[in-house]
Amino acid sequence: MKTLLKLDLFQWFFVIAITVSFLLMQNQFVWLKEFPKEFIFPLSAILNSGMEWVVDYSGWFFKGISWFLEWPIKGVRWLLHFLPWTVTVFLFCLVSYIASGWGLVTFTLLATFYMVLIGYWVESMNSFSLVAISVPMAVLVGFAIGSWGFFSERAEKVIKPTLDFLQTVPAFAYLLPILLLFGFGTTVGLLASLIYSFPPMVRNTILGLRQVPSEIIESGIMSGASSRQLFWLVRVPTAWKQILLGVNQTTMASLSMVIIASIIGGTADIGWEVLVYLRKAEFGGSLVAGIVIALIAMILDRITSGLAKNSVTYKPREKSFLRRNKFWFLAITGVLFFYIMSFIFPILNQWPESYFISPAKFISNGLDVFILNFGTQIDYLKQVAFFFIMLPVKIGLQLSVSPYTWGFELTPFLITAYFIIMILFSSWCFFKFSKDVAVGVVLFSIFIYFGLTNMPWLPLILIYGLIGFKIGGLKLSLTIVASFLFITFTGVLPQALLSIYLCGIAVIISFILGSSLGIWAAHNDKVSAFMRPINDTMQTMPSFVILIPFVMFFGIGEFTALLAIIAYAFVPAMRYTEHGLRNLPETVIEAARMIGCSQAQLLWKVKIPLAMPVIMLGLNQTIMFGLAMLVIAALVGTTGLGQLIYIGLSKADFGTGMISGVSIALIAIIFDRTTQAWRIKLEKKTQ
Amino acid sequence: MASKEIKLSCRNVWKVYGKSPDDFFNKNNGNVSDPLKLAQEMNHKEHIVANANVSFDVHVGEIFVIMGLSGSGKSTIIRCLSRLVEPTAGEVILDNEDLLKKSPKELTEIRRHKMGMVFQNFGLIPHLNVIENIAFPLKIQNFNKDTCFEKAKKVIELVGLEGREENYPSQLSGGQQQRVGIARSLIVEPDVWFLDEPFSALDPLIRRQMQDEFMKIQSVLNKSIVFITHDFVEALRIADRMAIMRDGFIVQFGRPIDIVMNPVDEYVRDFTGDVPFERFLKAEDLIEKSKSSTDNMKIISSTTPIQEILPQLADSKNGLAVVDDKNKELGIITPQGVINVMASAGSKKVQNRK
Ligand SMILES: Nc1ncnc2c1ncn2[C@@H]1O[C@H](COP(=O)(O)OP(=O)(O)OP(=O)(O)O)[C@@H](O)[C@H]1O
Ligand SMILES: [Mg+2]
Repeated sequence: MKTLLKLDLFQWFFVIAITVSFLLMQNQFVWLKEFPKEFIFPLSAILNSGMEWVVDYSGWFFKGISWFLEWPIKGVRWLLHFLPWTVTVFLFCLVSYIASGWGLVTFTLLATFYMVLIGYWVESMNSFSLVAISVPMAVLVGFAIGSWGFFSERAEKVIKPTLDFLQTVPAFAYLLPILLLFGFGTTVGLLASLIYSFPPMVRNTILGLRQVPSEIIESGIMSGASSRQLFWLVRVPTAWKQILLGVNQTTMASLSMVIIASIIGGTADIGWEVLVYLRKAEFGGSLVAGIVIALIAMILDRITSGLAKNSVTYKPREKSFLRRNKFWFLAITGVLFFYIMSFIFPILNQWPESYFISPAKFISNGLDVFILNFGTQIDYLKQVAFFFIMLPVKIGLQLSVSPYTWGFELTPFLITAYFIIMILFSSWCFFKFSKDVAVGVVLFSIFIYFGLTNMPWLPLILIYGLIGFKIGGLKLSLTIVASFLFITFTGVLPQALLSIYLCGIAVIISFILGSSLGIWAAHNDKVSAFMRPINDTMQTMPSFVILIPFVMFFGIGEFTALLAIIAYAFVPAMRYTEHGLRNLPETVIEAARMIGCSQAQLLWKVKIPLAMPVIMLGLNQTIMFGLAMLVIAALVGTTGLGQLIYIGLSKADFGTGMISGVSIALIAIIFDRTTQAWRIKLEKKTQ
Repeated sequence: MASKEIKLSCRNVWKVYGKSPDDFFNKNNGNVSDPLKLAQEMNHKEHIVANANVSFDVHVGEIFVIMGLSGSGKSTIIRCLSRLVEPTAGEVILDNEDLLKKSPKELTEIRRHKMGMVFQNFGLIPHLNVIENIAFPLKIQNFNKDTCFEKAKKVIELVGLEGREENYPSQLSGGQQQRVGIARSLIVEPDVWFLDEPFSALDPLIRRQMQDEFMKIQSVLNKSIVFITHDFVEALRIADRMAIMRDGFIVQFGRPIDIVMNPVDEYVRDFTGDVPFERFLKAEDLIEKSKSSTDNMKIISSTTPIQEILPQLADSKNGLAVVDDKNKELGIITPQGVINVMASAGSKKVQNRK
């Protein structure tokens, strides 16, 4: 045991020694600091020429598909434009009623009327038409693949990792190859949304079919069902709710992607409006349009989740033909009624432009006044965060501490003092907690002093590799090293570090914020009830929309991106923490109370350790959400991989875009695997 | 009543879960020389032996009960009999035909016409209402709607669910749901009826009531039944014969009362120990050879329960004459005889406890 401990510590000593010596020598040898340019593998160029070749030789094929797919989109758009708005609103309300009742009808009515009133009806319907076409296709594809995965274990082994990958590659990165292959136009949005939105359908289909209780299947078999009857009459209807939940997730993903796809422009939809106003810094306009997206998201979410919930409350069948089909009759009469009325009252057909009421100007002016009055405070907030948190992590205390920022110079005396304090702190941790904590402190102090983006590449790979080895063994370690090597050899390591830096800070803050809120909510029903709808809304919101309020107040830049990522990523941390704490076995907690634990002890010594595996799952999700948002945040001017993807997109540089996209996916995957491995380790400990 | 004709039987059935269960058998009939040793070997090699060397016959019109602790392999054997689970080795014979040789198509046909099954957690299809659930086996045979509903009405009456036809499973109590399960399993008029702990999920009062109704239904339909339970009192109440299982093996066979009176080992005794077997004695269990003439004795049937015998015995000091269902005299019952039976069973229990 003792020799093992020594060995373990020795590995760390070794790695830390290399790191320190690299850091000290990197000014003499440039290649230590930066990965030499000559060694960068020209993958980007290869990808680009490969893509060119594909486009040259089989471009006609993809363009043909594109042409073919334009038609249904055009058809639906034509229909939605042709129908008087009152007819469409009526149909939305009817579906809302079926899905959930009068409450949702009221909401839908107000929301759609808002779109009409501010003059975004056409744009809204354009976005909706893409969703309306991509969702059924994604649902069919997802259901088919899901059923296949359900029946064939071998297929599932291929399907699952493919889905994992598809869902970690950032949404932006999809756009580029589709754009190059299929050309500009509405099909890009449709296809991107299709690819992005079918995975949840597959997962839910497999999950739903697996969850059917075996007794129900057996009773179907014993009733003499053939395998086809068993599937369609027993399995699928019993899994129906889960399948509909898949439809719900697919719809939300589809909308989110449709909105993201609109940044390529040219499709006259609502996402484009938001972006245009953002770029012009007319925040009133972008907020007004952003609210439309939020409203569409909420309506679609409530309707689809309502249908899923309804699917398990069975009502007795109506006897008469008329009553059984009452919704159809209602729909037909309603449509006819509003259609005819719209001839008599043209306002019911098309809301006249002169009646548009937009609060955009008003909001912009209000915002100006606000910023005029509170600008200094906002700037102060920004600067504190920037100088004291973001810069030290990014470029290290070494460069960020200066009389201008911190108010004093970093003298050799202070540097020595810093390291001595850190070493003392680390030794204290070694005896008080464990060697892992002590090593963590040492690494942290090195990182903070030199800055994450200034870390030399080789020690970085070694450190991450060793962490992976300690947590998840050789396989994890190799995954991490291979991913970093890919990132290094394709030459995007500097950008990757910038991404990790920004996302890392955001994730840590999100996790602290989210889990604290989760702890609070777990002990206070009021907080829980208050936060739940907020969380639900945040999770269904297309990530793009979340940017708007932050850009309004804090302008363009990393700080805004940081806040937006936090706003998006704290939700899972909170959810899982609350869930984990609320679902602990009653007996354990009672036993702890009986021993005489105080409330604080109960929380820190009993509940949190027990709930740790679930909380870790929240951390995992927070990281995934953070990375997803990071890429979107590139729209408001961050540096890093997100920006590279964005550049690739605007320059039609397939290679760069793809490499950056895959790099983000790799980062997501290694952090996912690491937290999962950690969680499993903890789970074993708590059992 | 049960006849001696065999309806369903299994021979040396094994069901082994694990990596390569087939490796343990060189021929497929499961008739190995030392089953106990083989099972141990399987356990050592990280295989789970769910059924080991199980053989029994079910006679036409008989209620055959299987008992055992949780995990002893009861559900597995009943699923081997219906081929919901593929036995690793052994034979299953239904109506003199090898069930394991049937193709999936033939199997479906057999299930559509000859077998019915009732499940512990009911296994109702949640999106179908009562009458649709019950008519489901007919619906998948493409019977027209009227026929389905007509037949369904009949079994609904049989299980006493009138007026609940339009309800969905989630709107019914446990007892009602199991009535639906029973009705569904009976709608195709099967010969063989499998019941896997049908009443375990119900509370004791309802369970009692369902047992009575079950017996009533059986007295009308006279099916060949395999019934699983872990409640010995239930077994006593309904079984013609029973088997007790442990770790996949059958450890004891026989009439319930014989098992109570002569448990083969500690395991079986644990089941029977607290059973108020006195309450389930019938005339045939109390018979002794008559030494004198039985002419002036009162005559009772061999299936008369003890509750009816005791008052009559109190009135007639000489004893009662017992006859079987063909009116053949079997013997007599005397007060001393009754006391002897109870004393011997009681002392066996006490003595075996130690
Ligand atoms: N699919 C399976 N894979 C592996 N082992 C199984 C499987 N099905 C059953 N077993 C094992 O076979 C043994 C017998 O299970 P079975 O369900 O027959 O028990 P049971 O007697 O019906 O118990 P209960 O009273 O709890 O229903 C158990 O040890 C169980 O773990
Ligand atoms: Mg069972």
